[in-house]
Amino acid sequence: MSASAVHSLWTMASAAAPGDAIDKIDTPTIEYAQLSPTLIVIGAAVLGILIEAFVPRKTRYYAQVFVAVVALTAAFAAVVGLAANGYGTTKAHIAAMGAIAVDGPALFLQGTILLAGLVAIFTFAERRLDPVAHGNRVDSFAAQAGSVPGSEGEQAATKAGFTTTEVFPLALFAVGGMLVFPSANDLLTLFIALEVFSLPLYLLCALARRKRLMSQEAAVKYFLLGSFSSAFLLFGIALLYGYAGSVSYGTIAKVIDGSVQEINPALADTMGNDALLLIGAAMIVMGLLFKVGAVPFHMWTPDVYEGAPTPVTGFMAAATKVAAFGALLRLLYVVLPGLRWDWRPVMWGVVILTMLAGAIVAITQTDIKRLLAYSSIAHAGFILAGVIAMTPDGISSVLFYLAAYSFVTIGAFAVVTLVRDAGGEATHLSKWAGLGRRSPLVAAVFAVFLLAFAGIPLTSGFSGKFAVFKAAAEGGAGALVVVGVLSSAIAAFFYIRVIVLMFFSEPKADGPTVAVPSPLTMTAIGVGVAVTLVLGVAPQYFLDLANQAGVFVR
Amino acid sequence: MSFPLLTATAVLPAVGAIATAAVPAARRTAAKWLALLVSLATLALAVTVLVRFDPDGARYQLTESRSWIAEFGVRYELGVDGIGVALIALTALLIPFIVLAGWHDADPLETKSSRWRPTQGFFALILAVEAMVIISFAATDVFLFYIFFEAMLIPMYFLIGGFGDRAHSGTDENASAQRSYAAVKFLLYNLVGGLIMLAAVIGLYVVAGNFSLQEITEARANGTLEMATSTERWLFLGFFFAFAVKAPLWPLHTWLPNAMGESTAPVAVLITAVVDKVGTFAMLRFCLGLFPEASKWATPVILVLALISIVYGALLAVGQRDIKRLVAYASISHFGFIILGIFAMTSQGQSGATLYMVNHGLSTAALMLVAGFLISRRGSRLIADYGGVQKVAPVLAGTFLIGGLATLSLPGLAPFVSEFLVLVGAFARYPVVGIIATIGIVLAALYTLVLYQRTMTGPVKPEVSAMPDLRARELLVVAPLIALLIGLGVYPKPLTDLVNPAVKHTMSDVQQKDPKPDVEAAK
Repeated sequence: MSASAVHSLWTMASAAAPGDAIDKIDTPTIEYAQLSPTLIVIGAAVLGILIEAFVPRKTRYYAQVFVAVVALTAAFAAVVGLAANGYGTTKAHIAAMGAIAVDGPALFLQGTILLAGLVAIFTFAERRLDPVAHGNRVDSFAAQAGSVPGSEGEQAATKAGFTTTEVFPLALFAVGGMLVFPSANDLLTLFIALEVFSLPLYLLCALARRKRLMSQEAAVKYFLLGSFSSAFLLFGIALLYGYAGSVSYGTIAKVIDGSVQEINPALADTMGNDALLLIGAAMIVMGLLFKVGAVPFHMWTPDVYEGAPTPVTGFMAAATKVAAFGALLRLLYVVLPGLRWDWRPVMWGVVILTMLAGAIVAITQTDIKRLLAYSSIAHAGFILAGVIAMTPDGISSVLFYLAAYSFVTIGAFAVVTLVRDAGGEATHLSKWAGLGRRSPLVAAVFAVFLLAFAGIPLTSGFSGKFAVFKAAAEGGAGALVVVGVLSSAIAAFFYIRVIVLMFFSEPKADGPTVAVPSPLTMTAIGVGVAVTLVLGVAPQYFLDLANQAGVFVR
Repeated sequence: MSFPLLTATAVLPAVGAIATAAVPAARRTAAKWLALLVSLATLALAVTVLVRFDPDGARYQLTESRSWIAEFGVRYELGVDGIGVALIALTALLIPFIVLAGWHDADPLETKSSRWRPTQGFFALILAVEAMVIISFAATDVFLFYIFFEAMLIPMYFLIGGFGDRAHSGTDENASAQRSYAAVKFLLYNLVGGLIMLAAVIGLYVVAGNFSLQEITEARANGTLEMATSTERWLFLGFFFAFAVKAPLWPLHTWLPNAMGESTAPVAVLITAVVDKVGTFAMLRFCLGLFPEASKWATPVILVLALISIVYGALLAVGQRDIKRLVAYASISHFGFIILGIFAMTSQGQSGATLYMVNHGLSTAALMLVAGFLISRRGSRLIADYGGVQKVAPVLAGTFLIGGLATLSLPGLAPFVSEFLVLVGAFARYPVVGIIATIGIVLAALYTLVLYQRTMTGPVKPEVSAMPDLRARELLVVAPLIALLIGLGVYPKPLTDLVNPAVKHTMSDVQQKDPKPDVEAAK
């Protein structure tokens, strides 16, 4: 932009803002009731910080768990209340001055995130798995995050029985951001939500009690790559603003359609420039694909899943995915449908790569957490196949899949926390040999989760897979279905291999023990199994729910 | 709505499976008796189905229909025709024998841990397979069928991988590795088949909008559902692939010898006599019913594959050193006959194929279970380790001989009728095919008689000299099977009466009429 152009921009800006303009700014109208799920969670997170500051150390854990559980339950009740009042269907609209959409997909995903978050909080609060250290029950998190691993400070903190109860407000902040992410209706809200849930997650990743260096390394990797993707997203937002003259989803969509022609004089040079649109849209989608863990933006997934404390991994794998897919769905269906002929071929490639790469690379894994990480990549591919169907069925099938998938994931990672040896969790696959002989119940539960991941009928994995593949086939992506089916077959191989290992191999003499968890983890696993079987055998009610919820407000 | 008899027949073993699995670890014998009682009660229900079914009545009877997953257009629809009834009866009949024959197969070698309960698991899994197989035979909704067709792989997989043949099991690491290899091979072959079918099932939904076999068949017959030729062919191939893996048809058969060789004899019977029948049954019901044009289109290739299965399976059976693998290859040859009968597209051929499914179930069960008793006595599966058994254990040898003769389709035993019908049916339309298939019979005589000669006749081997004859429990397993083989061989009419009307319907699905016997050409 030339110097004169900048000058004219300034003069125009000043001309457009006469002296009395300050009086004309309306007070923003905020529909507090409709935003209540988010507000409750964020409020509780703030309360959690106050608890950290004022409540005595000994009772903090109980106070934090109590606040977190109550807040998530209350927020879920608020979501149910909103849905019951028709905000998911007839009363769906855009709230908070165009920043937040309150509609079916938003409420469905918020409900899923809250329930997944609640179950995950149970695994966060588990204190029976690690051996009692110096007379204190400890959880999966570092005694004191600030202490250097292996230092005297760390020993002192452990001895004093410190625990990082900050994880609860951090998780609540993350949940708060995730609630906004899929319901964001302008690009800035999208970005802020992304940061609100990402930053606590980076921290949470670094807080493992065992293998702290690995955990911190994972956090740094996640943070660096995450910042990179945030930068992409932000740059994309800037370019898209340059193209459309607005960050609001609705306006951008209209500009892309060509139904809005008026040109913002300040952006006269850039508005309507297709290069900005294409590059900007691509960058935003890239930022979201990173969060989803799609190939080729998946590099962080195995390292972070492996290094993060396992409860956090389960939480991330479930809730982050739900939130990110929600945002991606809204972006593609609300903002960029006019651009479908441009992004669909690219997304086809991404889907095929994601499904195949996730499944193939998983075969070579020897660590159960890394294996589940690659499996989550393959699943991201399946979900994306539903996303690009561009039909109402596409939306509802993705919603259903996300709900089904998140509970299986949390349950599976919760089982991983149970299998332990002297060094903490025994995540190397060879240590799982013969687990079915030693603890048939735990192995059977894990087998159920693996079969659900593999998409065997009568589990939720099959219902979900069938739903997305059906949507994809109806959306004209039959070839994707064939690739998906083939990569399912590949993926089945490594799930089966774990089952073989657990049931058909002789247990090793120095094998791990299975810790007896408290009712908290048992609840998490129990919910996982129940949801897996119910959604597998009688999915009708939930499919209906997803179907009703499958319309975006514009 | 009347009493849901078919559902009850399937639910009873399912509930029995859960109950059996829940029996406390120490009460092993109680679990066995429970499983036996449940399987007998299921047999009683299956007999009720058989009695209530009117062969000359409507095509599908005892129908049930409930909404299940409306979102996918899936209904819980059950109904049986004569073919389904015959196969449900076969399944329910064989399971008690399988349970009885496997009475000691899953006793723990030593009490390792109080929580490891292999016996309960073994019998629970058998009952679970029974429940899923019965649902598959009764399902008239493609999706419902698919679900159980796939799901039955899981209990089957645990049965193969978790409970190996004692002749090799124990602490031998190698045997355990072979066993899990067999189990994984079984699962992967069938899973890949099933997943390819899944793509076709989804495709069918996109084309037809629902999964009801009857609705789609009717809509296709009266022309309201048009299907492009290429679409129909792709969908047919998707379905057929899965069934050909299951059946198994050459060249997708290689999992069967592993699975049958490594599993215990009762489980091997379960695989080949019961579970694999779902594959051939589904070819008849779904491939021909849903895709008649494509079935006709593919017939030449399928007939060639079936012929290869017949001859190749028989040839490999001749060359086997392992008794159980021999029976497995013989089964591959027999499945070739069944598929030949189905795709000969004549009513004799299809009646013969259906009869063949039942008779092969009975004859293989007899042969394999006796072979299992033999192997458990000597602890070896190798033919060369036996000799002169008939002098030491004459009853065992005699029953083994009858099982073997049934396998080679001796006139007077049930399989003869079906094999004859299949050959007549094939010859009527494709004389050359009929002639080549006859080679299979000659080879069958070779491999069974040589097997008998090597193991049972000749000088008594020292390791065999102390071999006890069949015990009461074992006789109880074998005697009824042999009685049935002889009974149905002499008087097959009840079975043909049951099956023939159903075959007529299938023939009209594919719009085929039997070729007129051409007397002039024969001269």
